[in-house]
Order: sequence, then structure tokens, then C-alpha cells
Amino acid sequence: MPKPRVAFYWCASCGGCEETVVDLAEDILGVVEKVDIALWPVALDFKYKDVAALPDQSLLATLLNGAIRTSEQEEMAVLLRRKSRYLIAYGACAHLGGIPALANQFSREQVLRFNYEDAPSVVNESRTRPQVHCEDQGRTPHLPEFRHVVRALDQVVDVDFYIPGCPPTPNLTRAAFDALLSGKLPPKGSVLAPDIALCDECPRKASKPTNVAFTEFKRPHQGLWDAGQCFLAQGVVCLGPATRSGCGAACPRGNMPCTGCFGPTSRVRDQGAKMLSSLCANLAARDEEGIQRALAGIPDPVGTFYRYGLAKCLLRRKVSLPTNGD
Amino acid sequence: MNTASASVPRDWSPRIVAFFCNWCTYTAADLAGVSRLKYAPNVRIIRLMCSGRVDPQFVLDALSRGADGVLIGGCHPGDCHYVEGNYKMLRRYQLLKRMLADLGIEEPRVRLEWISAAEGEKVQRVINEMTEQIKALGPLALPQKFAEWDREVIALARELRARDAAAGPCPDRAAPAQPVEALHA
Repeated sequence: MPKPRVAFYWCASCGGCEETVVDLAEDILGVVEKVDIALWPVALDFKYKDVAALPDQSLLATLLNGAIRTSEQEEMAVLLRRKSRYLIAYGACAHLGGIPALANQFSREQVLRFNYEDAPSVVNESRTRPQVHCEDQGRTPHLPEFRHVVRALDQVVDVDFYIPGCPPTPNLTRAAFDALLSGKLPPKGSVLAPDIALCDECPRKASKPTNVAFTEFKRPHQGLWDAGQCFLAQGVVCLGPATRSGCGAACPRGNMPCTGCFGPTSRVRDQGAKMLSSLCANLAARDEEGIQRALAGIPDPVGTFYRYGLAKCLLRRKVSLPTNGD
Repeated sequence: MNTASASVPRDWSPRIVAFFCNWCTYTAADLAGVSRLKYAPNVRIIRLMCSGRVDPQFVLDALSRGADGVLIGGCHPGDCHYVEGNYKMLRRYQLLKRMLADLGIEEPRVRLEWISAAEGEKVQRVINEMTEQIKALGPLALPQKFAEWDREVIALARELRARDAAAGPCPDRAAPAQPVEALHA
């Protein structure tokens, strides 16, 4: 019997998710033994046309990482959706928009102007910018179009499962492969990680006070933190209460607060709003001035609460930005 | 200003979702009613037991589903039936206001007011005032904006589907996929 085929693909991502597949270490041999890899641009040489020539749904699964920002990424997402029985959003960017989705606070024009003109390290006297079509020595090369909006994968194509994390841990990846190969899959649309808040598996859980009363918020670089005590008790914003577990509390174990890369549990629709709600409700101050003084420790609420999830915020993006022209 | 303002329908008038607490503001709205105080018919009032029950998710949800504004009403500080609820709302509101500004929502669209059970005329004043302010701002129209944002994706998805159709059927072709718009509904 031929081995099931899988594909790995990347869109707007940093490469960290690809690294996690390699981080399976020896276990990757077990995976490679059971599946054939049909496409993996970062590691193996296949051509897109080989994939396009495959029968529809002939891949068991595609693990796609990265957010969707360009027309080429959209095209590949559509193609791989068609060729795969299961399309899996792999990692925070495909799942929630990830770090790239923070660009949803800026217009396309702002992004292009900064990167091709205003950034201190850019030398571009002719102010050249990438064009979708241009004339070059009698030929007309085409480049993908840079979209106005950064999207999570499920805002472009239908997605079967999500593997969360920035990046996902080898454990989750291994478990996902086991589930795929044994056919023991949860209902469509599931996130393949425990459906409970991170605090549940945090080693500092015991020191989480039942009644927190924040008088100020500190950012991680503003102090030396007690490695045994709950970050919230120390006045550090930790997104653990609003974030799904499954990473083994890797950041708190490294003495850094959770920043929310696993996204919300199934009972929360908007991770940022929920975390804002929980933190603010527990301030000590009752008067506006005192409240504002305490909240001054959160200078960038969008970046703090939607660090990995702005594309999946109920508002999706800064709503006043244009979507036509530049 | 906002791109939707170019095409404000002539019969448009603001839709405001109001979350009123059972003990003070909702009772005040009742009082306004029995006192026959007229106020703008633009609010849809939702009664909650306490302003402390207003999850910021409710506010974002209302806006993303087409509300032009959200009004939250609770008991005056010190008067909360549950002692602490209105303080919780006040704290959330302070940061939510800042976050919404960063996300391009104009400040008058989300408002918190303390209105006691005796202040029927305050309900009238606040609702009229807010309706006027939002009229001046124009529609927020987020559902329409979302559809406009997704036009770039839908156009490409259509083109790809047409190209596939022209290339002829693939072996083992699956059942025809759902319409491309369905994903973006």
C-alpha cells in the first residue's frame, strides 16, 4: 500500500514553524517512515506544478504555517486546500494571524513607504517599489500582489484543524501526526491542544492569588522576577489566564510571562478583549485617576493583548484604514 | 474620513446597543418611559444584572455586527447592588477606550454613564446626545467594511476556480466546493 502523502508549506512566517518539524529530532524518522513528503519548499526540492498535477484530495494533509498577505500565498492556500484531505493551520500565524497580523494596524501605503523609503537602513534614491507587473528588457515579470489586510488561514480557505503556538511544540506536532495516521481525529475545526487555560499546567499555579489587586503593571524588562511566584502576583502582565495550554508553560518556566501565542480556549471568542477584561477588573483603584495611573503600565494594549491574534480579533484590523488604492 | 461616509444611505440613522444594569439604569429607562419622556429611538437596550457583567467582548461583538455605538449604563460609584461591579466596568472601560482608539474607533461611539434609578431624564439626555454625536460621525458599518476588505480575496478565489474549470476535471475530483463567499460570510 502506498504511504500517505503530506505537504508542508509556508506563507508569511519567520521559519520557526519549519524548525519545529525538524525539532521532532529522531522522531522525524518515524514520521518519514510512515508518510511521503509531497512538498516542503524549505527542505526539499519540489515544484509547484508537481503539486498542481496531483489528483484532488490526494494528499492526506497539508501543514501550512504563516499568515496570508500576498496573492501568491492565497493561490497556494487554495491549491493545497484542493489537494489535501485535511488542511491544518500550523502555528500562530496560520491559526490567528500571528506577529505579521500586527501590521493590520497600518495601511499598505504606510508599510511600503517605511520599508522602501523611510527605514533608516534603506538606500533607495529612485524610490523604487515592487510592482505587480513591470517591463524589463522586453519581458514582463509578474510579482505577487501585496494585500491590504493580513489574514489567518481560515479567513482565506476552509481549515480542518489548528495546531497552535509560536512555534508549536514538538509534542503537539507528534500528537497531530499520530492522530492523522491513526485516523483518530477530533471534530473538524478543533485546535489540537488541551482546551484549558495555561495556568492549569503552569508550575507557578500554586502561588496565583485568589484575589489579585493590581496597583501597577510592570513589563518584563523592568525588574528581576521571582522564579517561583505567579507573574500576576508580581504585577507583570501574563496572558496565561486567557491562553490555551499545551506548551508545558515553556515561557513561565524560563521566567518570562506568557504572551498568548496559543490563542484562546474554545470558550473565548476574542482573546485580547477577554484578557483586558480580566486584568482590569482586578485593579485595586476605584477612582479614574488611580485606574489610569495603574494602566499606564500597559502602554500598548493592542500589541499586548493581540500580539499573535489581531487578525482574529472581532474587529480584525484598525477599522479606519483604507482598502482601496493605497 | 471614513470610506463608508461617501455612501451613507439617506434613511440611515444610528443603531446603538445599550447594556443597562437591572438595578439602576434599566429602572431609570423604565422611569423615563412611564414619565413619557421622549428620546431618540436609536437604542436597543439589553438588560444585564450589573454593569460589571459587560464583557469587553460584548462591545466588540456589537460593533462588528453592525452597531454604530455602544452605551453602557450602571449605578453611580458606591451604589452598586453587588458592591464592586460598576468599579470593574469603570476599570475595563478606561483601557478599552484606549484600545478602541488604537483600532480606529472614534471615542464617542463607546460610552459609559452612571444613571441611578431616579434619573429618568438623564437616560433621555444621554441617549439623545449620543445619537446626535454618532449621527455626526456617520455609520461605522463594520460588516460592510469586512466585506469590502475581503473583496481582494474573493476576486482571486473566483479567478482560480474559473481557471480550474477551464482546465477540465481532475481525476477523483471531490464534490464541488462551497461558494467562495460562504467562507467570508
